[in-house]
Amino acid sequence: MQKYRMIFWGILPIILLTAIIVWIVNNGTGVSNNPAAPIEVLNIEKIKLDENGFEVKVLNSGPEEVTIAQVVVDDSFWNAEFAPSDTLQRFETGTINIPYPWVYGDPHEIKLITSSGLIFSGEVAVATDTPKASPELFWQYALIGFYVGIVPVGLGLLWYPFLRRFTTKGMHAILALTVGLLFFLAVDTIEEGLEMAAGAPGVFQGTGLVWMGALLSFLFLVAIDQSNDKKISRASAQGKSLSYKIAAGIGLHNFGEGLAIGAAFASGEAALGTFLVIGFTLHNITEGVGIASPLLKERPTWKTFVSLAAIAGGPAILGTWVGGFIFNDTLAALFFGIGAGAILQVIYAISKMIVKQSSDKGLSPVSWINFGGLTMGILLMYVTALLVNF
Amino acid sequence: MSQEKNISRRSFLKAGAAGAFAIFGGSWLSSFTSAQKSLQTMDKHQLHEEMKHGFVPSSEKTKGYQMAWDALTKFDYGKVSTLADGRTLREYEITAAETNIEISKGITFPGWTYNNTIPGPTVRCTEGDVIRVHFRNTTSHPHSIHFHGIHPTNMDGLEAIPPGGEFVYEFEAKPAGMHVYHCHVAPLARHIHKGLYGNFIIDPIKPRAKATEFNMVMNGFDLDLDGENEVYTVNGYAFAYMQEPIKVKVGELVRIYLSNMTEFDLINSFHLHANFFNYFATGADPEARPNYTDTIMQCQGERGILEIVFPAPGKYMFHAHQSEFAELGWMGFFAAE
Repeated sequence: MQKYRMIFWGILPIILLTAIIVWIVNNGTGVSNNPAAPIEVLNIEKIKLDENGFEVKVLNSGPEEVTIAQVVVDDSFWNAEFAPSDTLQRFETGTINIPYPWVYGDPHEIKLITSSGLIFSGEVAVATDTPKASPELFWQYALIGFYVGIVPVGLGLLWYPFLRRFTTKGMHAILALTVGLLFFLAVDTIEEGLEMAAGAPGVFQGTGLVWMGALLSFLFLVAIDQSNDKKISRASAQGKSLSYKIAAGIGLHNFGEGLAIGAAFASGEAALGTFLVIGFTLHNITEGVGIASPLLKERPTWKTFVSLAAIAGGPAILGTWVGGFIFNDTLAALFFGIGAGAILQVIYAISKMIVKQSSDKGLSPVSWINFGGLTMGILLMYVTALLVNF
Repeated sequence: MSQEKNISRRSFLKAGAAGAFAIFGGSWLSSFTSAQKSLQTMDKHQLHEEMKHGFVPSSEKTKGYQMAWDALTKFDYGKVSTLADGRTLREYEITAAETNIEISKGITFPGWTYNNTIPGPTVRCTEGDVIRVHFRNTTSHPHSIHFHGIHPTNMDGLEAIPPGGEFVYEFEAKPAGMHVYHCHVAPLARHIHKGLYGNFIIDPIKPRAKATEFNMVMNGFDLDLDGENEVYTVNGYAFAYMQEPIKVKVGELVRIYLSNMTEFDLINSFHLHANFFNYFATGADPEARPNYTDTIMQCQGERGILEIVFPAPGKYMFHAHQSEFAELGWMGFFAAE
């Protein structure tokens, strides 16, 4: 009897909820409220250019179906073909083919007017043929990613012999510099993610994805770290594992850089893409210093350095491919969030290491020289970042 | 790194030294861009058939299309009777209503209308007639009717008629010529733009030469309420007379009563291809020499009479000679045969 009563009270709320929902469905809420204006959201996700004109990919992320009544290009009514239809259901994507004699190097504006008279705009900043996927283009993008990621990080790692001649205090200062540069990267990655989120369909909570991605990836990596702590008995392995973590965090960040470069090339901002390549290359060389610093007390083989460079720099290649061929604001926002979380976790790990070693040797964890290192790290990233901001 | 995703070409060129640096870098990495290839491609490729003609309107005869065609030839002479003093009395019924108007195929505009159309009915009478307009406001906002012309000031439409209210405008119609009427309640821009206007024709006592006559109101529609029109039309429907040309006879006199009630844009215009016409501004001065031309412009409220003879069979395009207006709906054809 006690068991049945327990079941009864467990089921009762569900039954009542069902009854209420059925009532509302059959009788309405009793609140008559017509929206003052039609609620429609149409996201222009991608605009491709080729010799036939424009191909526009759109997504209906609003609450109701949307009918596109008219296409306007540069303030002219224009004919277009809609696939599968000019009417899109909620969350349905469609493709609009617009035969148009676009002008190389000029900006164009495409407006979609819905049957309710709402207008949604897409911009072609600089018109040029959208690169088509081909083995040659894959190779070119890979080369770009290589220049942006692996080369500068590898060059940065070459400072290792020079850095090894430092005292413990000096090593801590270098680690602090690493924290500084990673802090800059974390802030920058979040900003980048929020910017992507602003361009994502609102229904996908792009902004929230950045923060949630950051939080979950941070905690995930901390959990892995803590579970690994029980397994690692040799102190000598700590430095190397920390370097791999730094490399992984930086790798996630460089994936984001690849996204930006690939998207710039794909959208016709080729000169901007080239500019980004040069800027990122100069900017990323300092990342090599950060990766090398935990290894200063150890004698790693050259294979370790190669794999660290690959882990930190390689994702830039993948990012360039994704940015150039696929690109999606929502997923980009989530990924930037994950990258930021990974970097924050590395900052946490390095800081913990500095504090522990400082207490072991009776040193101050936030000494003036450490503060100087931190500041220098931030300044280095800031100055080199000027090359890719304007 | 952060990158302004929507960098326009102009803002990019403003980068100056950064741009120069990019150019240097670009020449070094030129093999990685498709710019050179696409330039060559553009030089050689032939534009597809669809690109040559610009917009081709739908052939569907929608409700909005029909409205524009009705406005072209429909004149409201009112209900005619004779007053005790022998003058002709014409009575009209005009109702202000909130009406969704189709201004282009599939595009709905939330209009305020006279008698459910944009433009409102073309009121027509003869100079000296007494016109009596029974005005009724069935909307949720105050409205009025302001007639352009000469009349007592208490019949001038400055008094707003409240929602549900009625008013009778009565005055002797003068001077003969082409006029307009519109709502004169503040804010004026909204009341006019939403569609409360129409043509007002006062014929001279001595009739004008016999002709095929058309009525045209040039107007625009702002869909996103940013103070800029997205669609421009004649008689309220985009490309109505391109979808179906207006048939006229070779050698016959064609008369067009043309007005401009476009809000937000300072002027509108009318241009005829392959021919000229005589233009009488306002059409109120019987001594006036016409302007013999192919293009005229009007500010809001300006109007005039065009008289055209089409000399040979063919399709004569007419449109605003403001390219943006023309390509956003204000374009059509006369088909002479």
